[in-house]
Amino acid sequence: MVLTIVQSLCFVLFVGGCSYIAFRGFRNVYLNIMLGRAADYTDHPGERWKTMLMVALGQKKMFKRPIAAMLHLVIYVSFVITQVELIEIFIDGIFGTHRFLFHAWENIPFLRGLYVFAINLIEVLSVLTFIVTIAFLYRRDLLKLPRFNKPEMKGWPDMDAHIILFLEMFLITNIFIMNSFDMAAAHGEYGFWISGMIAHSWEGMNESLLEIFEKIGWWGHLAGVLGFLMYLAHSKHLHILLAFPNTYFSRLTPKGYINNMPEVTREVKLMLDPNAQVEPAASDAPAKFGAKDIFDLTWKNLLDAYTCTECGRCTAQCPANMTGKLLSPRKIMMDTRDRMEEVREKMDANKGVWVDDGKNLIENGYISVEELRACTTCNACVEECPVNISPLDIIMQLRRSLIMEDSNSPNEWNGMFANLENNGAPWQFSPQDRLNWEKA
Amino acid sequence: MDIKVPTMAEMAANGQKPDVLFWVGCSGSFDQRAQRITRAFVKILDHLKIKYAVLGTEESCTGDPAKRAGNEFVYQMLAMQNIEVMNNYGVQEIVTTCPHCFNILKNEYPALGGKYRVRHHAQFLQELIDQGKIKLTDANSFKGKRITYHDSCYLGRANEIYEAPRKVLELLDAELVEMKSCKTKGLCCGAGGAQMFKEEEHGKLRINEARTLEALDVQPDIVAAACPFCNTMLTDGVKGKDMQVSVKVFDIAELIAQGQGLDGF
Repeated sequence: MVLTIVQSLCFVLFVGGCSYIAFRGFRNVYLNIMLGRAADYTDHPGERWKTMLMVALGQKKMFKRPIAAMLHLVIYVSFVITQVELIEIFIDGIFGTHRFLFHAWENIPFLRGLYVFAINLIEVLSVLTFIVTIAFLYRRDLLKLPRFNKPEMKGWPDMDAHIILFLEMFLITNIFIMNSFDMAAAHGEYGFWISGMIAHSWEGMNESLLEIFEKIGWWGHLAGVLGFLMYLAHSKHLHILLAFPNTYFSRLTPKGYINNMPEVTREVKLMLDPNAQVEPAASDAPAKFGAKDIFDLTWKNLLDAYTCTECGRCTAQCPANMTGKLLSPRKIMMDTRDRMEEVREKMDANKGVWVDDGKNLIENGYISVEELRACTTCNACVEECPVNISPLDIIMQLRRSLIMEDSNSPNEWNGMFANLENNGAPWQFSPQDRLNWEKA
Repeated sequence: MDIKVPTMAEMAANGQKPDVLFWVGCSGSFDQRAQRITRAFVKILDHLKIKYAVLGTEESCTGDPAKRAGNEFVYQMLAMQNIEVMNNYGVQEIVTTCPHCFNILKNEYPALGGKYRVRHHAQFLQELIDQGKIKLTDANSFKGKRITYHDSCYLGRANEIYEAPRKVLELLDAELVEMKSCKTKGLCCGAGGAQMFKEEEHGKLRINEARTLEALDVQPDIVAAACPFCNTMLTDGVKGKDMQVSVKVFDIAELIAQGQGLDGF
């Protein structure tokens, strides 16, 4: 009895402690996203729900690459269904019971049958997931798929990817330790096929040893799940949660659309007609044109950055990257997230208040001018992203800042701007000659 | 050219209004190669007796290259001037041979007060074909020819127009072959985002070279484009590979005009 209470207490403290740490991580992600500018992505809720169902839940865009999509689907379905077993782990943990659901449904054959079926399904999916995980490691480390081995993946991002895959294998291993020793201890009473087969290897082991190993698997699986939960906020794996809000808040406009800056509209209207009726500026602060740092991007850009799981489909399709330019759309997203993390660290060290650190997202080890200059705005990256991220939206805002705040522009572009202002064409032709094509 | 192109100003002076404004764009107005596309399209319009007009000297750049380079000021100044001109003429329908003009007129002008029904000439020609108005007199000239269509980013991904230009080409009764990267995966020609107006950043290959290699891979007689900038990039690419004698780069309007037996453009 006392032992049960101690065990339950340990469980509650362990789960509570881990959940608190995980919560703090998620809170930081939320606070970081809220550092961004306001932007409205709430119109057409029906279309938004549909997009989320199709793209996040239904993985529509993943299926452009059918093999990768099938492998990913296995892990995804397995992850969702395995959470069923977690319900029982929680009940057993809190009340000190053992296989509560199985025993509670002793006299309800249908529910017990369902339970056994669910665990068997989890076991089958777990084996498949284990195989897929190895396939993913093979693809990454031995096949060396180019998109996993770009310069921006060196160091932590590569480590992050491996931690995730090994954690998945750890979780699955513990499920089978737990279930197989349990099957051996219960002489096969539960009727789990795969762990039942493994259980044959434990025949002849004494009862208490079987129970100890079962507990190791049980705690191991729990630790794995909670470890994942705590790790998510610091990892590219966060996409498993953020893919849903990020697709809900998708850009519903045609991909070719780039917003008209209202602060510029105001100025231009006044320039063309000093008596023009214009809407007053949103704030008294002098308007800043374009984005230099994360604070100038919208919250949606920042949500995009946290949703990115660094799969590199964007970069693989980017014409600039393909032809050896420095630009990699994935790196745009990674740099944005890294800068948010840096900002949060500095804010935490300063009681939550932001003091300008003299750095920003352009250069400073983040996104270089050369990268920004290489973009053709072709939307290949946007089209490719399986979770509707737009690297282009960030690139455009940073470009605006380079040109309009810093007058940092290649000479040829300066010439083009001058021609546009003087003759209404990017080349040095007179507007009077606009109809000359007729004469040929 | 044996056609007098009507301008909005002349029409207005005669108390007339065209059914559609043909927005020529800077490339179509000034670039010698693109002027041929403009003339071919005008030939088609004239041949089909479509009541159209151009702005002529009153047209300015839409502001696309400025905007995509990051210069929102220059873009909005040009946009507002263009909108004022068009609204004064009561323009409602626009057709343009440039996907960049098409995209910005259709998607970005409305919020600045320029609300028009905008079509790209691929859509416009497809509608005419669907209505049975375009009949080819010289379709045999394309028999047995291999044509590959290059998707312009601003027509394709930007506005999801993939089928219209292909439907137009189907009329030619030639053999249509797709490149390795096509439709949603279409590879950029390298001109967009104001890259046309500056040197490419340092890299291993030029983007138009990469795209030209994909085009040459399918051994076409003709590379069809629907954008004057793509046309320039691919023409340069083909020349760079010394293939300009056996592989021609044409706009879909030029091909239709040829098929109609029109000449002098």
